[in-house]
Amino acid sequence: MTILMCVLLSFLVICAVAVSFSKKLLNSVLIFMSYSLIMSVIWMLLESPDLAITEAAVGAGITSVLFFVTLNRIHSMFKDASGKKKEVKEDEEKKSVQ
Amino acid sequence: MKKRNLFSSLLDWVWESRSDLYENMTIRDDDEEVNVITKAEHKEDIVKVKEKVFDAADRGSFRKWRFLYKILAVVFAVFFSAVLLITVGQLPKIGDINNPANNEVEKRYIEKGLEETGATNIVAGMILDYRAFDTLGESHVLFVAAIAVTILLRLDKSERDPEDTKITETITEAEEEDKIFEPHHDAILQKVAMLLVPIIILFGIYVILNGHLSPGGGFSGGAIIGAGLILYLNAFGFEKTERFFNEKVYKTVIFSGLAFYALAKCYAFFCGANGLDSHISKGIPGHILSAGLILPLDIAVGCVVACTMYAFYAMFRKGGL
Repeated sequence: MTILMCVLLSFLVICAVAVSFSKKLLNSVLIFMSYSLIMSVIWMLLESPDLAITEAAVGAGITSVLFFVTLNRIHSMFKDASGKKKEVKEDEEKKSVQ
Repeated sequence: MKKRNLFSSLLDWVWESRSDLYENMTIRDDDEEVNVITKAEHKEDIVKVKEKVFDAADRGSFRKWRFLYKILAVVFAVFFSAVLLITVGQLPKIGDINNPANNEVEKRYIEKGLEETGATNIVAGMILDYRAFDTLGESHVLFVAAIAVTILLRLDKSERDPEDTKITETITEAEEEDKIFEPHHDAILQKVAMLLVPIIILFGIYVILNGHLSPGGGFSGGAIIGAGLILYLNAFGFEKTERFFNEKVYKTVIFSGLAFYALAKCYAFFCGANGLDSHISKGIPGHILSAGLILPLDIAVGCVVACTMYAFYAMFRKGGL
């Protein structure tokens, strides 16, 4: 049990660091989602299933859905944090070369 | 402007008889040409503003401070993490008898919880019986958050002037944008939703109704039902959900849920404080109809939370229910 706990806690730390270091906003939201899922498993191991259910439903479900909608609304679903849209630009360059 | 003392101007302001700007304002003639901005010009302005804003980071005056910002950021991060780590290091040991957590309250909850509340799930007994006042505050916090989201994101068509083109334009724009991203008859999503939505909503109802017997309760069950409704909305669009969920339903459910909670708890507190019999039987522990007020309170909280979650999503999507 302790080994599983250590693995989960280290995953938690890795997720928390990766959220702030990932370039794309969409990736940040997805990592945040996985953070909540790991957290809900940890609540389960800490013998508080009430919190585990709530964490899985609210943290991993609804919060990230709201984040997706917000990203959609501000037109930065596929942009990185600086607001540039890299993939599309490359495509345009390819088209102009052709 | 005439000089008036503070009190009289305050009175004027309270009675709305005269504003401070009253004598300084000039009314514009109707014939005067108003500076009308077309949509294209508006977009050009936005582009110009964006260029200025993003350029500001590269200007010399800002470049000077950038180095300082970086150093200060590192210093603050190290300082605050050190404070937190030192605090964690000075926490009492887990499971120590002399911990402040091990007082008579906890013992009473564990030993007499089943007897006094009738709930086999001690957590539900604590949340909705001993500390029901906290839970009432929590559901009100959620309600206030929903109101704030409504104030920020709502685009109302009916109450505004129909000739006000600016608002109607933004509404149609929002709806068009929403339609672009809405999946049109996405076969995979619809089939999966047809299978999953009933199961999710059933599971949510189970979690709410068994809140006093097994893990779960009003908030988590309501969140699960809300997630199921959001999945249904994503698969089939607003046209299908508007058949059973509109603003009127939302208002009715939220207000009746919160009012029922407050009234029921008022009754329980009044009886408890004055040593009266509460006329609500505790029932046999373990049965579904037991634990007194906990089950109806769970249902009320669940309805409020489910509606609020769905309303959040609808507000974010198109600025209205």
